[in-house]
Amino acid sequence: MTDLTVLPNGSLMADPGERGRFGGHGGRFVPESLIPACAELEEAFREAWADQRFRRDLDRLLAVYAGRPTALTPAWRLSAELGINVLLKREDLAHTGSHKINNVLGQALLARRMGKTRLIAETGAGQHGVATATAAALLGLEATVYMGAKDVERQALNVFRMELLGAEVIPVTGGSRTLKDATSEALRHWVTRVDDTHYCIGSVMGPHPYPWIVRELQRVVGEEARAQCAAELRTGVPDYVVACIGGGSNAAGTFAGFVDTPAQLIGVEAEGGAAVAFGRVGVLHGFRSYVLQDEDGQVSEAHSIAAGLDYPGIGPEHAFLNDSGRARYVTVSDEEVIPAVRRLARTEGILPALESAHAIAWVIRAAESGELPPFCTVLVTLSGRGDKDIHTIREAA
Amino acid sequence: MSGKLLVPYVTGGIRPDWTRYVEEYARHGADMIEIGLPFSDPILDGPTIQQASHHALQQGVTVRSILDDLTGLNVDVPLIAMTYYNLVIHNPSFCADLAAAGVSGLIVPDVPIDEVDELEATATAAGVDLVLLAAPTTTPSRLATIAQRSRCFVYAVSVMGTTGERDRLGEDALRLARDLRAMTDLPVLLGFGISQPAHAVAAADAADGVVVASALMRMVLDGAGPEEIGATIAEFRAALDGVVVGVPG
Repeated sequence: MTDLTVLPNGSLMADPGERGRFGGHGGRFVPESLIPACAELEEAFREAWADQRFRRDLDRLLAVYAGRPTALTPAWRLSAELGINVLLKREDLAHTGSHKINNVLGQALLARRMGKTRLIAETGAGQHGVATATAAALLGLEATVYMGAKDVERQALNVFRMELLGAEVIPVTGGSRTLKDATSEALRHWVTRVDDTHYCIGSVMGPHPYPWIVRELQRVVGEEARAQCAAELRTGVPDYVVACIGGGSNAAGTFAGFVDTPAQLIGVEAEGGAAVAFGRVGVLHGFRSYVLQDEDGQVSEAHSIAAGLDYPGIGPEHAFLNDSGRARYVTVSDEEVIPAVRRLARTEGILPALESAHAIAWVIRAAESGELPPFCTVLVTLSGRGDKDIHTIREAA
Repeated sequence: MSGKLLVPYVTGGIRPDWTRYVEEYARHGADMIEIGLPFSDPILDGPTIQQASHHALQQGVTVRSILDDLTGLNVDVPLIAMTYYNLVIHNPSFCADLAAAGVSGLIVPDVPIDEVDELEATATAAGVDLVLLAAPTTTPSRLATIAQRSRCFVYAVSVMGTTGERDRLGEDALRLARDLRAMTDLPVLLGFGISQPAHAVAAADAADGVVVASALMRMVLDGAGPEEIGATIAEFRAALDGVVVGVPG
């Protein structure tokens, strides 16, 4: 039996080793035809990540193109209302409107370094697709984005945006025609074009080395926030660190900055996509983790008002952080999200993405119920801005 | 073993009377029969098998219902299940259930050799042969491990891609089959893209036989009944029997 609580090297959020294990989760469950591509990517990333020039190139792009570091904003009026001290890590201020840009810039630079000329990506609502199309345009790469046919209809504006940026959008008509099917299709396509194509995966999921690569590329969120908290807070470290979770990339990046501190780490899943709360251990899209599935083992479709949280699995490292007790995973319902959007908009003049509003909603609930002690300090990663959700918010009002 | 092996595939539960395809396959000269246990997210399957799987699942088919359909079926060739790992780990007695239903082999394409230990142990304990797959890009050292650890036969994937019909069989595929044959006494079967008897003949030149899947399932999805499919299997059988069996290599 695999020990679910011990990493090979004994430390949290470190290098998961050649087998890509986070306790009993992770791994590389892909067809034999994809093994060389995964191995090549792992080797290339290890080299690049240890190469100061690559790191400098990426840091420069993050600064002059993506707009990093993003601000740490005290939420003054919301804090006063709740009787706690809320700080917002402002990923909504990054280029393309969310943390997604951190990951795609890193992967696109890596792809170019590997001699690949083409990026493929999966997308649900279109945010990761737009980010990928953006990075491809910036670095002169081709981009093809797989998107469930149902999502293509629902997110026509983002489809147009990707095409405007020069990407090709391919509607996926198989299965449930949503994000999980787009991910399967991107993996299928990658098999046929591994020579010239890099699969630019959008979250801390997929076969090893992806969950590790994406976490490392998002680590900048947590490291910046840690330094900003040290400057801002008398205690240096917040009492709670909160982030929303679909696949879990903004949370992974945030947690990575605080995993070795006393801060309590809280991941907020959408109730209709809560793999930790309602899933069981399974294998989907190349990795072992908690997966929402029916009583026969068929993968369920996730449902959330926030399209970015509509994923039936969760990144394998989060599954491990849950099992080990280092992080706690909670859920928020669709009904709690819209009031949270309104409240942040009216108290702070910030319109959060529906995804990010899940983290805000939990903080409001926990402060009002007394679960969060008075005057405690809570860092919330505001992963994206809400402009893309205006129609949904308006219809829900 | 003298002749070339013919292994046709059927998606379990594709029609209520789907086991009649199994019987027709056996009657017309199949050496083994591959039974697909449909999964919601089949990452190695092309459009045809995806459609067949989706259709079967829409009808409410489950692993249990497929195994129940097979129990007591009177065919005298080995039955090999093909499915994805999520369904296997979902049920702690998965391999034992296969064996109890008369299924003697198992193919799980999303479990490469790096991840195979647990599955190999449970399959072995249940007396089920775990068939491993090799691809055109597999390195020689991995090929040797695959050849050594596979049971029943070695599945040589003919293309860098998913299951599905193709116009011709590539040189890569034939090279892969030859390399594998030099490493093992187990039969080496070529699959993926074998859609016409002529492909089977070309494949049989380098391999010990073929798996035929999407071409058959395309016909089934287009309405072909068991007899019609049986006639197609007979054509493949005749084509393979026409191959002069020579010294391997």
